[in-house]
Amino acid sequence: MTAPAARLEWKVARVAGIRDETRRARTLALEVPDWPGHLAGQHVDVRLVAEDGYQAQRSYSIASAPGSRYVELTVERIENAEVSPYLCDVLQIGDGLEVRGPIGGYFVWRPEDRGPLLLIGGGSGVVPLMAMLRHHAVNPRAAARLLYSARSLDDVIYRRDLDALAATSEAQVSIALTRDWPSDWSGYRRRIDRAMLEEVAWPAGDGARAFVCGPTPLVESVATLLVELGYDAARVRTERFGPTR
Amino acid sequence: MEEMRLDGNAAAGSLAELFARDVTAAMATCAKCGKEMPIGSLFDYGQAMGVVLRCNGCEATMLRLVRTPGSLRLDPSGISLLIVAALT
Repeated sequence: MTAPAARLEWKVARVAGIRDETRRARTLALEVPDWPGHLAGQHVDVRLVAEDGYQAQRSYSIASAPGSRYVELTVERIENAEVSPYLCDVLQIGDGLEVRGPIGGYFVWRPEDRGPLLLIGGGSGVVPLMAMLRHHAVNPRAAARLLYSARSLDDVIYRRDLDALAATSEAQVSIALTRDWPSDWSGYRRRIDRAMLEEVAWPAGDGARAFVCGPTPLVESVATLLVELGYDAARVRTERFGPTR
Repeated sequence: MEEMRLDGNAAAGSLAELFARDVTAAMATCAKCGKEMPIGSLFDYGQAMGVVLRCNGCEATMLRLVRTPGSLRLDPSGISLLIVAALT
């Protein structure tokens, strides 16, 4: 988007589709009235209002690529939380949901941004990176690599979509499982560390743009390591999701 | 706790209530230490009463946004300069 957007207003979106991604993560396909389109990496705010007027608001990254039919959000259920259990367990097709967006202009990737793409995500941090990968698949001007850290294979969101993207597009996908893995697992079997980044990240001289998203400790550790490996700090963009759950 | 902190991306929706354009990509200079960084990279410790964004270098408060029943109160005094890219 190059023109100033209309003032951000709360709208009632309609749930058009629901897709379970993992045992804890669900994708909601939303029809949002007067949706102006979005950039890969942007998010929406979602607001729930209880009968007594109590409001709870959370941000969710948009998982779908720009130009998709629906605005898709992938929500991870957090135990005893205020919003995600409702979105994952109660919300049904046809229900309304108050959303505001699209929001963000820093953690976004546009196809005209030069340089290879390095996407590093932990847990639900993969959601905005998936929007970027999906967008990149139809705009493959430079190569892309995703390094995705999850607890176990069952927790890998978009597993089939990622396999498909890696097979057909200019994207390479590496997965690091941190707690549990199949005995024949050929991916990484530990948390993201410097040695792993040395293998996966584009060399510093390639002018890559890095996007790092997920739990705050992972984001800060990876961003620091990339700069140590020679990445220009201005080319490492971060989005923190808070504590590891 | 540091592991709880978010960043300016989380405040973008609230900031959009006041600014005509997204400012998370805008470069803000810390009035205390002089470091320049994108608003999206400022530390957000998640205050209940509104938005408080801190310098990711020296942790000085750069921006406060508080909502009262009748107003939005912005204290940008921790930002000595804000540079927003021109629209193309």
